[in-house]
Amino acid sequence: MSVETTRTGEPGASPAAGPVAETPLARVRGLGSAREGAEHWWHERLSSVAALLLFVWLIVSLLRLPSLDHRAVTEWLRDPLAAVPMLLLILATFWHLKMGLQVIIEDYVHDEGNKFLSILLLNFAAVGAAAFAIFAVLKIAFAAAGMPR
Amino acid sequence: MSRNPDRPLSPHLSVYKWGPHMLVSILHRVTGAGLAVVGAAALVWWLVAAASGEEAYESFAGWATSWPGIVIGVGLSWAFFQHTLSGLRHLVMDIGAGFEIERNKFWAVMTLAGALLLTAALWAYIVMVRGA
Repeated sequence: MSVETTRTGEPGASPAAGPVAETPLARVRGLGSAREGAEHWWHERLSSVAALLLFVWLIVSLLRLPSLDHRAVTEWLRDPLAAVPMLLLILATFWHLKMGLQVIIEDYVHDEGNKFLSILLLNFAAVGAAAFAIFAVLKIAFAAAGMPR
Repeated sequence: MSRNPDRPLSPHLSVYKWGPHMLVSILHRVTGAGLAVVGAAALVWWLVAAASGEEAYESFAGWATSWPGIVIGVGLSWAFFQHTLSGLRHLVMDIGAGFEIERNKFWAVMTLAGALLLTAALWAYIVMVRGA
């Protein structure tokens, strides 16, 4: 263990002169990044580009449909070339929104207990909502196999 | 975290003069949160209604084409375009480009104008071409 004996900002202060103020910054300097911040940052960008491409596909697809009634939408989603991008869109979107809302929570919820609880609930809500959306798309897509119409 | 009260704090939000870059920055967060809550709920409702059958889908379509539904729809489309354009601006800034003050402000204003333009174009297309 190495102990820093000279501290900037305190000219003339001797290490032996007694307790010296140490800022949180001084304690973490040189230790590298904490935990998984860089990975979170990178995944947020990755999912943003994926969601952007898939939403352009969704908007163009919906505008090209002859109608947005039940029959037109379900027939469209029975095509694997619509169902698969829709599943990818759900994954990219809920992954992205979960990370974005987590950053907002981390910025504004300072109490550690509340922060932990908020992020826990956010994860449950995001995964739960995504699961419902995925199940709905699969139900429409797989109904095509059994029920010709 | 302990802070020595004798040490100075950096100037806080309230001392800065507002500019388009600040507006776009906070709008990115606000529109992102709005899309994440309202937009995601609408997406799940639409898909689950489509999977549940004709009646559930009609109920969703009835809400979506009512006046409150249309107002939310216009708001969500604007939020989507604003978040997308300011997100693209962030990707450019992530590679270290566009930090010069004038250029930074110019593209901030462009995301605001672009989002309004795209929202207007989308709904003009829906109303005029599709005759909704």
